[in-house]
Amino acid sequence: MRHVVSVIVENKPGVLARIAGLFSRRGYNIDSLAVGITENPDFSRITLVVHGDDIIIEQIVKQLYKLIDTYKVIDLTKQTHIEREMALVKISVTASTRSEIIEIADIFRAKIIDVSEKNLVIELTGDQDKIEGFLVLIKKFGIVELVRTGSIAIQRG
Amino acid sequence: MTDKIKGSKILLESLKQENVTDIFGYPGGVLLDIYDEIYNSDINHFLVRHEQAAAHAADGYARSSGKVGVCLATSGPGATNLVTGIANAYMDSIPMVALTGQVSVNLIGKDSFQEADITGITMPITKHNFLVKSVKDLAETIKKAFYIARTGRPGPVLIDLPKDITQARIPFEYPKDINIPSYKPTYKGSIKQIKVAIDLMQKALKPVILAGGGIIASNASAELRELVSLTGIPVSSTLMGIGSYPYNDKLSLKMPGMHGTAYANYAVHDSDLIIAIGMRFDDRITGKLETFAPKAKIIHIDIDPAEIGKCIQPTVPIVGDAKQVLKDMIELLKETPVEPKKEWLEIVQDLKEKHPLSYKQTGDVIYPQFVMETINQLTKGEAIIATEVGTHQMWAAQFLNHLHPRHFLSSGGLGTMGFGFPAAIGAQVANPDKLVIDIAGDGSIQMNIQELSTVAYYKLPVKVIIINNRYLGMVRQWQELFYEGRYSHVDLEGKQPDFVKIAEAYDVLGLRAEKPSELKKVLEKAFSHNGPVFVDVVVNREESVYPFVPAGGVLNKMLFSERT
Repeated sequence: MRHVVSVIVENKPGVLARIAGLFSRRGYNIDSLAVGITENPDFSRITLVVHGDDIIIEQIVKQLYKLIDTYKVIDLTKQTHIEREMALVKISVTASTRSEIIEIADIFRAKIIDVSEKNLVIELTGDQDKIEGFLVLIKKFGIVELVRTGSIAIQRG
Repeated sequence: MTDKIKGSKILLESLKQENVTDIFGYPGGVLLDIYDEIYNSDINHFLVRHEQAAAHAADGYARSSGKVGVCLATSGPGATNLVTGIANAYMDSIPMVALTGQVSVNLIGKDSFQEADITGITMPITKHNFLVKSVKDLAETIKKAFYIARTGRPGPVLIDLPKDITQARIPFEYPKDINIPSYKPTYKGSIKQIKVAIDLMQKALKPVILAGGGIIASNASAELRELVSLTGIPVSSTLMGIGSYPYNDKLSLKMPGMHGTAYANYAVHDSDLIIAIGMRFDDRITGKLETFAPKAKIIHIDIDPAEIGKCIQPTVPIVGDAKQVLKDMIELLKETPVEPKKEWLEIVQDLKEKHPLSYKQTGDVIYPQFVMETINQLTKGEAIIATEVGTHQMWAAQFLNHLHPRHFLSSGGLGTMGFGFPAAIGAQVANPDKLVIDIAGDGSIQMNIQELSTVAYYKLPVKVIIINNRYLGMVRQWQELFYEGRYSHVDLEGKQPDFVKIAEAYDVLGLRAEKPSELKKVLEKAFSHNGPVFVDVVVNREESVYPFVPAGGVLNKMLFSERT
């Protein structure tokens, strides 16, 4: 099962390496990892998307807690939460496909942030399904380049 | 205003504040300021001949004394030579502070001379590590390192010290308290869970205690003994838990697992309740997880929450320090006693009588087990025993009479050949009045044999007993059983050095026993000698360790020796 795990860690150099190293040496797979500073500059929040059964996820949470720099670990999957990732997609366009792509972008409430004769760059945020859905639709036009951030997530309420 | 002092002096003053009296180390370029400070210091510094030995000596010092062991190595190769010793301490949860020199802060990352990213290298094998980038952080970092090393589940902590930090000056003030908000170990176990555990102990018909290294780490041996006397539950000690419960007691099942006693393995396999205390269900104990103690409910007590459910899902998890949990358990047991399980104890006694550890000392060649029994006879179980890794280690675990905690020092998790001799050095430094013996193999001893120079220089009266079978014996045993006797690169016959002459070259007494009739006299001479001794005991080449649960096997399906 897919889990979204939020890890509050001390905002210090080397902490990310400890987290990533933990995953590689314990043989857990990370689907995505996003990191940034929190409202308190002493802490960073790492959002991890991982796959595993309950036993594996429990171990991952416990192993994360074992790191001295880990302050809090929250498995958001067990709570109502909002999840977002961002994608920047460079799509090749022609005069005849431009309007169709813009139409699709509008439906997905994506922004066109760069236009050239051959390409469009589209910025899209949403949960993983929305991004995937968008990519399926525009694939046929030719994706020149794709950048995704990985998920960030927060508890509702 | 307080005088400004150099970082190197801050280090030494901080070590004093942590009650460090002995450190094991090896100098180098970036450590010059620290060594200049050590020159004047009243901290005892032991110069080893290889940094790996410094880490193992600090480890043996910690295991035998319960204090934090401290080792010191220079940047680059000095630091990387510590790695095996740090990993060894990490696997066995030994409190250690490893100090490494580093190139100056402005040279870090430039592939400078003798630079290695030791904090990066040791991340997976330390409980935590630090790179000190400002002298302002130095004292606090040292305080934190010792605190982290010795609290919770103990472990090694590394502090990397750039040369310019050891030279910079600042007023010294050692922090009184330390607060790490993200690190709060749980010592007290849930009383509710302990009550559930007692309820299971009352209902169980065939309970067994598995006593691990956590009991020794938390000095809970007395509490374990009280728990057993209150409940009459038999105890099997893991390799790391050896000494937590006396081997000569009738409720002792000695060691379980791959080379455990048959009666421990049968009892664990048949049990309906396992009370696992401070042990982590290592694969050498469990064999195949799916078939481990199939009828048993599991009570798992451990200070590290991550150990609970890592290998075996417990029925009752209790997170807490072994000593604290056992104390609470004992109090509650006095109110709600557990009746001894008479039928089970009869079965256990029967198993012990039917399947004892046994061997035959026949002919004119010494059997390794006979060496262990002769040591028992001479030391009465009072010596501190370190071991290397291999067949000799397993015979030492099986046949020596283990009576006290912190008296058996063996590399459990990592299985480090070369551990025993330097660990014995550390133990001897911590216990100058005790008889300290390293049981070695002829293969293992050659991994840190250079430390003969250290024992000779400091007149450390460590006795090394080499069980010399001219084989890498454990690998030979596996090749015999599982690789059709194709002895690939394990035969050392004829390529072996003369251990007596090697000892003598270092001005250490070398002795040899080749016949059973010589053994006792030679060991007596070794033990009564007022200085270090190397004893080369030439043993039967073909002897293997039994019982044997092959890797991934089932505990009650052991291989036994055909000879006995």
